[in-house]
Amino acid sequence: MRADPAEYRLVSPGNLQAVLSLIASEPAQWLPIAGGTDVMVLYSAGKLSNRKLINIWNIPELRQIEVFPDRIRIGAACTYTALRQHEIVSREFLLLATAASWTGGIANQNRGTLGGNIANASPAADSLPALLVYDAEVTLISVRGERRVAYRNFHTDYKQTALAADELIRDISLPRRFSGYISHARKVGARNAQAISKVCLAALGQISNGTIRDVRLAMGSVAPIPLCLTETERALLGKQIEPSLIDSARRTVAKEIRPIDDIRSTARYRAAVAGNLVAEFLEKLVASETNA
Amino acid sequence: MNPLPETSATYEISFSVNGEVKKVFALPMERLLDVLRNDLKLTGTKEGCGEGECGSCSVLLDGMLVNSCLVPVAQANGATVVTIEGISVHAKMKYLQEAFLECGGAQCGICTPGMILAAVHLLEKKPEPALADIREGLAGNLCRCTGYMQIFEAVTNAARRKVTK
Repeated sequence: MRADPAEYRLVSPGNLQAVLSLIASEPAQWLPIAGGTDVMVLYSAGKLSNRKLINIWNIPELRQIEVFPDRIRIGAACTYTALRQHEIVSREFLLLATAASWTGGIANQNRGTLGGNIANASPAADSLPALLVYDAEVTLISVRGERRVAYRNFHTDYKQTALAADELIRDISLPRRFSGYISHARKVGARNAQAISKVCLAALGQISNGTIRDVRLAMGSVAPIPLCLTETERALLGKQIEPSLIDSARRTVAKEIRPIDDIRSTARYRAAVAGNLVAEFLEKLVASETNA
Repeated sequence: MNPLPETSATYEISFSVNGEVKKVFALPMERLLDVLRNDLKLTGTKEGCGEGECGSCSVLLDGMLVNSCLVPVAQANGATVVTIEGISVHAKMKYLQEAFLECGGAQCGICTPGMILAAVHLLEKKPEPALADIREGLAGNLCRCTGYMQIFEAVTNAARRKVTK
């Protein structure tokens, strides 16, 4: 059944303080809506349980990308298009720019936002593994003040987050210390465009003389939350990349992920592909040195 | 227990549509798509999937390509909207329309307004797009008739004509 617009309220306070005050006045009642690429889909299908919506698309503070010497700060309502077009994002945070280019078609990239992707908390979201490997920090804001949460602690369980009932995601901050890393972004879906991932990988690494000096791995669609592969990282760090290491990395990946069967794929397929993607990244690391 | 939702009231939305200021009374959560089609009778914009996957409801909102089925009309208050009806009076349309006709880029016609809007948006950003740019620019627009090749060819030809003329 299509939703009846008369049963829903949508207010546009137009500034951040007024938005926070309204959210605080009735915690968990007001659902923020930015570009609407998730919220409006649920709404149109008659599946949106919140009847009160608050417009945050027109809040200037949430639409800025600020560049500092040691980090960049991305406003939560910045669109995928804004990320793709930003010089520093596309140069130093290629995994994020690439994930933005995977997300829907151009029309959805013009409306979908990074903060919305985080708040929607889908384990299949393409931009979230990139935020994990870049060591993102999210700023949560409410009338009580601001607090910062390491992004790797933000998702607590399937669709559960650290966001309190009166809080809004203000920005996502990324340290500018990964530009010397080899990066690898790979999405496997049913088709190239407009498909939700079966598995996606964001990976960063440094190698010298065939030895892994640093490695950061995160995957989407392989667990109830976007997953850091910390066990696999630990098993790889300081090791020489050779075929036996790649084989054991595949086994560690398979142990660490918790994929399921669903409409898009099977747990078995996902486990096999997850191992393949990590192997592909390790081969790319080796090749980066031989080609250099 | 949640109280019953408070009902929403219509209010006046004022926006520029195809170069003219329009005022309509609407509920804030009405979809821009429905306001364009039902209130303003601009039925060139089509509804396909209604969930942002197919692109047939594409319009330009403040110059950006969007799916109008995913825009609550309150967010279009004060904005500039261009629909297929607004494109058809524009010089750009001439090249695209001729090319779509010549290449067989339109069959049943449901996706065509969205395809044209996506192509206009692309050509404004990249007047001489490579095939990969065209494929990416139209990736959010589904066509069940043509198999896409004629559409890609039409956009390539339109870009070439615009540049050479």
